Amino acid sequence: MINEPDQSRLILDLLSEPEQSMTSYAHLRRDLRGIYTLWLRDVIRLWRDRVRLIGSFIQPILFLFVLGGGLKGRVLSQGSPSNYQVFIFPGIILMSILFTSSFAGMAVVWDREMGFLKEVLVAPISRTAVVIGKILGGASNSLIQGLFLLALAPFLKVFPSVGQILMMFGVMVIVSLSQTAMGIALSARMSSSQGFMVLMNFIVLPIYFLSGAMFPLTHLPIWLSVLSQMDPLTYGVDLMRGILLGTFYYSIYRDILIIMFFGILMLYISVRQFQRD
Amino acid sequence: MIQVNELKKEYIQKGQMITAVNSISFEVEKGEFFSLLGPNGAGKTTTISILSTILSPTSGNVLINKINVEEDPHKIRQHIGVIFQDPSLDDRLSAQENMDFHGRLYGMSPADRLRRSELLLKMVDLWDRKNSLVRTFSGGMKRRLEIARGLMHRPLLLILDEPTIGLDPKSRRDIWHYIHEARKEWGMTILLTTHYLEEADGADRVAIMNKGKIVAMDTPSKLKQSLGPGLVTLEIPPDKMDQVKNTLLTFYDVRHFSLETESTLKFPMPSSVSSPAVFLQSLPPVLTGFSVGTPTLDDVFISLTGDQQSINI
Ligand SMILES: Nc1ncnc2c1ncn2[C@@H]1O[C@H](COP(=O)(O)OP(=O)(O)O)[C@@H](O)[C@H]1O
Ligand SMILES: [Mg+2]
Repeated sequence: MINEPDQSRLILDLLSEPEQSMTSYAHLRRDLRGIYTLWLRDVIRLWRDRVRLIGSFIQPILFLFVLGGGLKGRVLSQGSPSNYQVFIFPGIILMSILFTSSFAGMAVVWDREMGFLKEVLVAPISRTAVVIGKILGGASNSLIQGLFLLALAPFLKVFPSVGQILMMFGVMVIVSLSQTAMGIALSARMSSSQGFMVLMNFIVLPIYFLSGAMFPLTHLPIWLSVLSQMDPLTYGVDLMRGILLGTFYYSIYRDILIIMFFGILMLYISVRQFQRD
Repeated sequence: MIQVNELKKEYIQKGQMITAVNSISFEVEKGEFFSLLGPNGAGKTTTISILSTILSPTSGNVLINKINVEEDPHKIRQHIGVIFQDPSLDDRLSAQENMDFHGRLYGMSPADRLRRSELLLKMVDLWDRKNSLVRTFSGGMKRRLEIARGLMHRPLLLILDEPTIGLDPKSRRDIWHYIHEARKEWGMTILLTTHYLEEADGADRVAIMNKGKIVAMDTPSKLKQSLGPGLVTLEIPPDKMDQVKNTLLTFYDVRHFSLETESTLKFPMPSSVSSPAVFLQSLPPVLTGFSVGTPTLDDVFISLTGDQQSINI
């Protein structure tokens, strides 16, 4: 119950902050603050859920050391890479980024199930800010995953230079952002987490397997080659493999342009999808 | 404060169109406590979702503070506090963090957030649990936290969608206490939906909603007066039922009963009756019970919608 001193404070409190008028600059500031708030929430929740964070490192480690280790040094067929473990290393980093990024969409679906999404949607920030805030939150998570895996390079006897590390970081940033934007776009109209899981399996697994993360793009059957060219992740794999192992299949500019284009397209779709109906 | 004109909302679900809100209009004055009363599915939540800028109307328009919700939702959101029907807290964050994030989203300064959340968490008796994760809270505690959070940014308009649903009587009373306190302090406008009639009774004005339409709108006392001088309840031995009904029909033209079981009849006092005593004498001397009660909003609702089922479940 309210006691006396609090009541007088409640009155004072009202008088203390006069209403400000909103200019468009103020709108922008409010949106930036909103983006920061949503990002901060994701980071806090991620930190609070450290067990899951650590658990999520296990899958890529298994792929890298068990699958990669098992196939290492075996000549599978004509044209296979000499060191398969090192060859799939960029692919494993991207797998981790792709899965984590798509998972950001799941977080939105959970927010919707929990009801918290409504709290965000009635707040005085634009839907664009909501979408960007969620993308930055999810992409930060992906980036942590990617950096952790990159730190395992010395175990594969790969020693990237500072320049290579910086370039890898840049690639991880753009791939994380564009793949998270995809995850958010997919989540915009989904109301159940089961539904989203099914959708993920239909979209995320093909994206991963078609990207050439686990096999070289040379000597592919034509249908596989065509599908892989339509896969945005293909260009992320190519970029990382180029930076780390020195062999680009496409060109660095083409790779970067396609990833950025895909990211911006997904951002646009997400913002559109999140408008009121 | 609020002007709603010919507001309509249609949902398309599985190829079928549902008209959830069917051309309703109403106005709420600044500082007024206005209540939307109606059974489940009446369209209350849909109306509120449009007012709080979550949904867009199919047609019609809504002005809040003279601003059209479709044109400038930003400006309106800053001045509205919403307490949703379903929970909307982040249960992985603590009570204090939920308050703080709300303050951040509404652009409050750190000092202001700290001061306000302390003040409001104390008001709803959650200060000693401020660092507990919300998932450990009971339903009543969550509701109280949501109310504190809704008041955090000093809204001019507080919208509450069935705020006390599913709560025990003590929590319900507490919540009413907080809302009235907050209202006394700074004359907030309140828009509340409920299907508890007692709650609507405390409002300045009530709009009764049914099947997407507003079927009556007035002060609670006027709505009750519209039913006439009172509601008669007769207790009758089942075998004498027909005899009494016949008398009522021939002498007073009473055809409809707001409640009818095999041994009771309930109906508005006929207008031709001058006093209850005279009325009683004119009935066959078979009654085992007779009473005249003042009408409740429940009776108003039943007489308006012809629904035998009380909405106060
Ligand atoms: N998202 C939705 N999609 C389809 N129909 C809906 C949706 N939300 C509500 N309805 C329907 O609209 C009507 C009004 O619902 P609602 O506004 O929730 O009523 P109330 O809050 O008064 O119980 C109901 O018939 C309900 O089934
Ligand atoms: Mg409702």
